[in-house]
Amino acid sequence: MVKVSRRAMTAGMALAALGFAGDALAQTPPVKIGVVYPLSGNAASAGNYEKMAIELAAETVNSGNAELAKILPFITAGGGLPGLKGAKIQVVVADNQGTPAAGANQTLRLITQEKVAAIVGSYQSGITETTSAVAEKYGIPFVNPESVAANLTERGFKWFFRVTPVAADFARAYSTFLKEQKAAGKKVDSIAIIHENTEYGNSVSNVIVDVFKKEGLNVTQNISYSANSTDVQPQVLQLKEKNPDVAIFISYTSDAILYTKTMKELNWKPTILIADDAGFNDPKYIKEMGTQVEGLISRTSFAPGKPGSVAAIFDALYKKKTGGDALEDVSGRGLQGMLVLLDAINRAGSTEPAKIQAALKATDLKKEQMVAGYNGVKFDDKGQNTLASSIVTQMRGGQYGAVWPKANATADLVLPYKGW
Amino acid sequence: MTLVQVVVSGLLLGAVYALFSSGLTLIWGMMNVVNFAHGDFVMLGMYSAVMIWTALGGGPWASVPAAAMLIGTLGIASYFLLVRHVMKGPMLAQILGTFGLALFLRYAAFWVFGANFRTLPDTLVGHSFVIGDIRFEGSRVLAGAVGLAVTLLLHLLLTRTAIGSRMLAVSEDATAAQLMGIRPQRMQALAWALAGAATGIAGALIATFFYTSPTVGETLAIVAFVTVSFGGFGSVLGALVAGLVIGVVESTSAYLIGPVYKDVVVYLMFVLVLWFRPQGLMGKA
Repeated sequence: MVKVSRRAMTAGMALAALGFAGDALAQTPPVKIGVVYPLSGNAASAGNYEKMAIELAAETVNSGNAELAKILPFITAGGGLPGLKGAKIQVVVADNQGTPAAGANQTLRLITQEKVAAIVGSYQSGITETTSAVAEKYGIPFVNPESVAANLTERGFKWFFRVTPVAADFARAYSTFLKEQKAAGKKVDSIAIIHENTEYGNSVSNVIVDVFKKEGLNVTQNISYSANSTDVQPQVLQLKEKNPDVAIFISYTSDAILYTKTMKELNWKPTILIADDAGFNDPKYIKEMGTQVEGLISRTSFAPGKPGSVAAIFDALYKKKTGGDALEDVSGRGLQGMLVLLDAINRAGSTEPAKIQAALKATDLKKEQMVAGYNGVKFDDKGQNTLASSIVTQMRGGQYGAVWPKANATADLVLPYKGW
Repeated sequence: MTLVQVVVSGLLLGAVYALFSSGLTLIWGMMNVVNFAHGDFVMLGMYSAVMIWTALGGGPWASVPAAAMLIGTLGIASYFLLVRHVMKGPMLAQILGTFGLALFLRYAAFWVFGANFRTLPDTLVGHSFVIGDIRFEGSRVLAGAVGLAVTLLLHLLLTRTAIGSRMLAVSEDATAAQLMGIRPQRMQALAWALAGAATGIAGALIATFFYTSPTVGETLAIVAFVTVSFGGFGSVLGALVAGLVIGVVESTSAYLIGPVYKDVVVYLMFVLVLWFRPQGLMGKA
């Protein structure tokens, strides 16, 4: 008898040492959520920020937060999911290595080996396409906070939920913005679109071209390139030769850095330079290149907002976690996506995939409950958030500030593009 | 006029390709070993430059010699700790050995430096200057010029000096060279040191105009392998010519046809050359 209890005690201590004790002894088992992001490869920088944001969402639910508990029903002051008897969230992170194949394999592992209740991922649209297909096959809810390729919600998937605004939303934002500039007397007669040639760049550029055509805006150049290029001088020279009034870049981080450096080297700038989010909003890009692109226009879904707002509270928590990096567009949307899933699991009161799916479909989050600058979250039949929206920003002294629409603006728009 | 600028850009780019390919071709020429960790040697050379600049300031004048020494030492260490042993095994062991080294270095860089992108200030080398209507960017001109100088020096060292003859003797027949009083291991270690130093110089110079990240070696290594097999494995001069040809073809095809097609053009040319000259432009048949 003595022997047995001693053995049990040793086992218990070993578990405690491994940090499993809390989970093992808690009344309800933890909710496992799989998270598939690029933690290596060319997009690793953005992927790691997003991973930290998603972990922050889980940590905040686990440890509780008195201020947020007043606004968000799934956060308590004491910690744990209220709808699930105070269950904790366990985030299982996997690296998609920047390739669709690795992303699919990792998703399969999370579902079959780790038995996760739901998946969040996967940054690059081309990878979200394969990872969500695996989740669909196994009937596991997949929440996508940030991939914008249009076709992702056109596949008839039943387990796929996208929180971010999509290409058509910001194509409309850009066209309305440019037409307002035209009305104000700025020259926007020729527009060049420069895009990387995977799912993200191709689909966004196609949508922009379509929307601009309908709106009577003249796209004169459409340049497609590979994001892994070692050299972008020929593209910049093509631009320099035609010299369009407006240039719109759709790029990831490494190529965004190369374009910025090369445009300076070859001394070319358009009147209006627009960068569609992604690489140009990577905190490392802003830190390393921000002062070289004064007046660059981009879009964002995140603005810190007033003190006491959900966005401001999470921004402060995130700064603490990362050691100073603020929430920005990508990490803000990642955090928002995870919160949407946590809200659904809380309402489902279960880790059963079908119940989470039903709860996601019934999601109805309000504007004041948002981290991202959306009007709320409500999914249509295809799993697209119908209340997602965009803010146009401009680079000023190494930092983006909201300039459009007027209602969200914290700074005035300054044209032409100044650069370095 | 834009086309002239495109060709000039291509030539400068090609000289840089030649510079970071010379280390790879040297090791192949000396010991028939393909160093799959080559791209990651370049990456570490770039990080040396970034680290030295952030810690001590100073431009390429400080970072290039330091990177040459650091990566040269890394070359010697790789030789004695890894390559010397795997060379005794089958070809596959050599391939997997250096490939493993590549992954080790890459993920060590992730661990030490994080996944973040780093860049050096553009003003480090000096601004661009304009001749006629053609713009020359200081850092690329410096990298190109040093690239030409280093590859030519390596070529002269191998073909015109006693130590070069000894190194070539070892690569021809290690046993016979040993009977003539040459120590093969010492020569091979020297080859790794030289290759490492050249690669370190390349990395430190590329860092002045390129972004630095743990995976940058992957992007650059493909170009290095194409350059080396195009020029002929083992021929330093071949790598130089191949680098220049690839640089110009790449930038003109990107300008004239479109950036997504440039790789198609470059690889098509590459396949055709290997079809008619499997040993590469200047390789030994």
